[in-house]
Amino acid sequence: MIGHILFFSLAAVLLGAAIGVITSRNPVFSAMFLVLAFFISAGLWLLLEAEFLAIVLVLVYVGAVMVLFLFVVMMLDINLAKLREGFARYAPVGVVLSLVIVALLANVFWFRAQDTPLMLTPELRSADVSNTRELGSVLYTEHVYAFELAAVILLVAIVAAITLTMRRRPGLKAQNVARQVAVRRQDRVRLVKMDADKE
Amino acid sequence: MVPVSYYLLLAAALFALAVTGIFLNRKNVIILLMCIELMLLAVNFNFIAFSRMLEDIVGQVFVFFILTVAAAEAAIGLAILVVLFRSRRSINVDDLDTMKG
Repeated sequence: MIGHILFFSLAAVLLGAAIGVITSRNPVFSAMFLVLAFFISAGLWLLLEAEFLAIVLVLVYVGAVMVLFLFVVMMLDINLAKLREGFARYAPVGVVLSLVIVALLANVFWFRAQDTPLMLTPELRSADVSNTRELGSVLYTEHVYAFELAAVILLVAIVAAITLTMRRRPGLKAQNVARQVAVRRQDRVRLVKMDADKE
Repeated sequence: MVPVSYYLLLAAALFALAVTGIFLNRKNVIILLMCIELMLLAVNFNFIAFSRMLEDIVGQVFVFFILTVAAAEAAIGLAILVVLFRSRRSINVDDLDTMKG
């Protein structure tokens, strides 16, 4: 029973946050609603006993990706009114399309699934089962190549993001260490010989 | 606990909302990227629900990799967005109609 209450309340907040993401006037609010959606999803994943991924979702998505989104949204000075042109014009198409998607998937997941294992409630696992240990035991053995490929993908993403956004700004003052080290005494110091002043 | 089917329906609704968002915010590239993140989240829900139902941890391994690729995609997408904004002073999709940089 408590599982039902938790699931339905979290699901309601999740769908509300998703609606907030797509209808907010200001992209900052959209990003904040997306943060809320990720938090709620982490809660739902905890209900599904995927504890490690729930924590990773909060750490990686809320902690890194959404901060990146917020940085970019606040850095760019965008004309919001122009970007919202045609918002109402295309709304009916989008709503109809999403209703069609939901109807099709509900047909599969609900009306045709009544006598299948989809309607069974998974049993709770005992408290000494460690989701992190289970995941790690297959991630570092069977899927180790994929794991290393994922690391390479992240490295490529870092390099790509930095090379894309790096630029040389004109008029930037910077040290030239080689020239500083190569300087000699006669480049800087000039001895002047002059008579002492006499009244 | 609730049946797996509930989670699948929730993921379907989330995915549909993200599709609607792409229709509503056709001009704003940032919101389009956020909608893609929502779609990937819905997909991850399906993977985790099925992993739970079948008692098979590989579904969660898939989610792990999807999260990795989605993070890389978001980083590169936002980098492209910043470069675009520098050269065009706009992120309106309608302004992106030439191939020349």
